[in-house]
Amino acid sequence: MKMITSSFVKHAARIVSITLLGVTLGHSPAQSAGDLPEIKAQSWSFSGPFGTFDRGQLQRGFKVYKEVCSGCHGLRQLHFRNLGEAGGPEFGEAEVKALAAEVEVKDGPNEEGEMFERPGKPSDAFVSPFPNENAARAANNGANPPDLSLMAKARVGGPDYIYALMVGYKEPPEKMKVSEGMSYNDVFPGHQIAMAAPLSEESVEYSDGTKPTLDNHAKDVSAFLMWAAEPKLEERHKLGFRFMIYLLLLSGLLYLAKRRIWSRLKH
Amino acid sequence: MAHESTFKPGNSISKWFDDRLPIERMMHDQFGVFPMPRNLNYLWTFGGILTFFLVVQLLTGIVLAMHYVPHEGHAFDSVEHIMRDVNWGWLLRYMHANGASMFFLAAYIHIARGMYYGSYKAPREILWILGVLIFVVMMATAFMGYSLVWGQMSFWAVTVITNLFSSLDSIVSGLGTGIVEWIWGGFSVGNPTLNRLYSLHYLLPFVICGLVVLHIWALHIPGSNNPTGIDIKTKSDSIPFTPYYTVKDGFAMCVFVMLFAAFVFYAPNYLGHPDNYVEANPLATPPHIVPEWYFLPYYAILRAIPDKLFGVIAFAGSISILLFLPWLDTSKVRSSRYRPIYKWFFALFMIDVLVLGYLGAKPPEGLYLIVGRLATAYYFLHLLVVLPLLGWIEKPSAMPGSITDDVLGKKPAGAK
Repeated sequence: MKMITSSFVKHAARIVSITLLGVTLGHSPAQSAGDLPEIKAQSWSFSGPFGTFDRGQLQRGFKVYKEVCSGCHGLRQLHFRNLGEAGGPEFGEAEVKALAAEVEVKDGPNEEGEMFERPGKPSDAFVSPFPNENAARAANNGANPPDLSLMAKARVGGPDYIYALMVGYKEPPEKMKVSEGMSYNDVFPGHQIAMAAPLSEESVEYSDGTKPTLDNHAKDVSAFLMWAAEPKLEERHKLGFRFMIYLLLLSGLLYLAKRRIWSRLKH
Repeated sequence: MAHESTFKPGNSISKWFDDRLPIERMMHDQFGVFPMPRNLNYLWTFGGILTFFLVVQLLTGIVLAMHYVPHEGHAFDSVEHIMRDVNWGWLLRYMHANGASMFFLAAYIHIARGMYYGSYKAPREILWILGVLIFVVMMATAFMGYSLVWGQMSFWAVTVITNLFSSLDSIVSGLGTGIVEWIWGGFSVGNPTLNRLYSLHYLLPFVICGLVVLHIWALHIPGSNNPTGIDIKTKSDSIPFTPYYTVKDGFAMCVFVMLFAAFVFYAPNYLGHPDNYVEANPLATPPHIVPEWYFLPYYAILRAIPDKLFGVIAFAGSISILLFLPWLDTSKVRSSRYRPIYKWFFALFMIDVLVLGYLGAKPPEGLYLIVGRLATAYYFLHLLVVLPLLGWIEKPSAMPGSITDDVLGKKPAGAK
């Protein structure tokens, strides 16, 4: 019996080490050229295997998005109904209806064949601020403000990067000349970004007692965008935990069954 | 092993079927009582694990295909629709994407096990060749599947890889470009390209299934190799597949699925590239075009060669050369356990492949390029020079008389 156990441990160790090698191999984030500082990992309520979103933070983050970002950036993958769904900001039904009704949505054609505008419903998608890329560039000095639906998954560092970008606006170093209409940012590739610093102290009023600091604004909007990019995160963590427990028990049972069956063999 | 059938139909219905289509007999003979070497270690469980992942990919893929839209204007959004609005869509998609990675990880372990224990040697050459063919079709399928997401990395990977054919222009002017435009269905990667990649991505897994059937058939003629590389000689050398290996494979599979689940539930995008969450844009090239991790060693070989055509030849050669492994290895001894010199060269080869994989993710410049060239040179040197020569030079160490002797710890004859 002892021999079987020790040989199992040896084989398992071998398999695990081979597996780990493969996994290390897999970690290959593209390195952006230039002298960019490393993106510091922030502590988020949603990180780790048991992480969940902080409802208050998501609601504040949505407010920051709505009052600051949404002037230039869309969130076209989101629908108003998502704001009330479990695992998100979880606004009440009436609030979601009211938020949707604030925007004008193009609908039609009606019976006369005309397109018309009507107040939004929870089933409507978020309306992007510009009808197309050319309109966006024309209004923004030639730059195209990207849609933010997936931003928290589309950059190395994810929400940590968004936070670092929000608080990364600084005076440029003496040697560097920043072009007309551009701003210096610590973490943006090339350090010149067409977006002027969007957030500062007290950019947005908070009603829940949270201090309206730049740091809080940046954290809240980053968390909100993480939810926007990964709305099923909480469901995923929850199901994962159950599935892991199940697999662990099943593995244990199978291992015992294996030992029992193999002990029939003569040595 | 083509052993005599021991199946006895238990009732009249079973007997009726057995006279017409003996499926039950086949299951009984091939997966029930099939004689297996009694000394297989856990590296022999990866065949079962690979079959499991083939089924996972097929099942999740078929459902994903019900919701996916293969159109350049809708593909990216339809993936997000699956992630957000389809019931369990996020789970299906993360399982399919990470399932591909696990499939490759298991395949690499399976291949390395075959190389270490000489599982490609006579009489298992056809079995090995079928395995290499499965691997090639797997690579094509994975590449096409990755393109369907229609993110930046998808789009540019398709552009780079299909463009490899244009290297043929240096042999016959216009030939390569002609082939590339034929593959694209136009003058750039676009909607026709996406449509054909989708069609082939659905077709090729069934080709893999067919090859897997042949692979298992070819396995069941000589039976499984084992860590000693010695054939089954007596009855005490073998045990029936069921229950011994069904339960052992089941346990190993369960442990491997835990690793899979850890990725799916806790780090679903760890193995992916952030750029693929940006929709394909033909006007903006990403700063570094990097393939998925499982292609990195070959990508490093491709880029190590300064000439485009020879780079492509080395790239294709690095995989197709494996088809000839049974004849490149001249040693009569199967298992590396009894090959004191080859053992070290094998370890060096494994390190070489990992180094190539590391370099595939780095820009091909400076030291990376120099090491990449050395590693590429060793890759071919190992397979084309070291393997044939070692078979003649190396003196194998003493081997146990039989599998049973090895299991019961009898000292090999002549060993001190």
